[in-house]
Amino acid sequence: MEVLDEQQPDIVKRFMYVNRRAPYGTIYALECLEVVLTAAAFDQDVSLVFVDDGVFQLKKNQAPAAIGMKNFSKTFRALGDYDVEKIYVELESLEKRGLTADDLIIPVEVVTTTDLREIMAQQDVVISS
Amino acid sequence: MLDNGIVDDTLYEADIMKIGILVNEGPFTHQASDSAYRFAEAAIAKGHEITRVFFYNDGVFNANKLSAPQTDDRNGVALWAGLAEANEIDLVICITAALRRGIKNEILTGGFRISGLGQLIESGITNDRLVVFGD
Repeated sequence: MEVLDEQQPDIVKRFMYVNRRAPYGTIYALECLEVVLTAAAFDQDVSLVFVDDGVFQLKKNQAPAAIGMKNFSKTFRALGDYDVEKIYVELESLEKRGLTADDLIIPVEVVTTTDLREIMAQQDVVISS
Repeated sequence: MLDNGIVDDTLYEADIMKIGILVNEGPFTHQASDSAYRFAEAAIAKGHEITRVFFYNDGVFNANKLSAPQTDDRNGVALWAGLAEANEIDLVICITAALRRGIKNEILTGGFRISGLGQLIESGITNDRLVVFGD
């Protein structure tokens, strides 16, 4: 990780990171996780959302070595250590893909699209990937 | 609307915003960077302040001075550099994303600098808005 030499302003905003894509196939999921880990160092109010194919990022038993990729899903387990505890997964996205919260590597809050709309409306900064 | 039917779109001091931009796609393969540029131009024309544009994912290619598009095409790299110079915008590319893609200081267009993701978070904290352009 790069050194953070920024002055940290004394403001706490609500940052939400919206993961919409599958973990492999494109780099978006991995690079979004890199942003989240950096953001955690800034003492902001951070939450993560997984929707659409993004729910696959949290799927248990990933084995991407066969396609030459690193399994970064374990890093999600460390999010608690970074005080990132608000992790929302959209119910409809899970259901469409035949998944339930039991298929995921970390405990999450499963929310409906309607709930998510409200949570999203409360954010100051929404970064989607 | 004024009495004479003309819409008064004057921005008052209190309406002026500090805006940060995040660009997540490269300059030629995707519309995102073009849209971000046009947004920045329009916001500045309205009197808003664009403080920083942060380039992430393939967005870091916007800084590549080796880019040589055909002469009848828009040159996204040069456009960003020009806009930044005229309006004192901080153009920052993410070091991790850049190194991965072979974008180093040696090939950086003037006006861009390489720094960490912290600059993106800071942009979200200190600006009134952070506007994201990507796929």
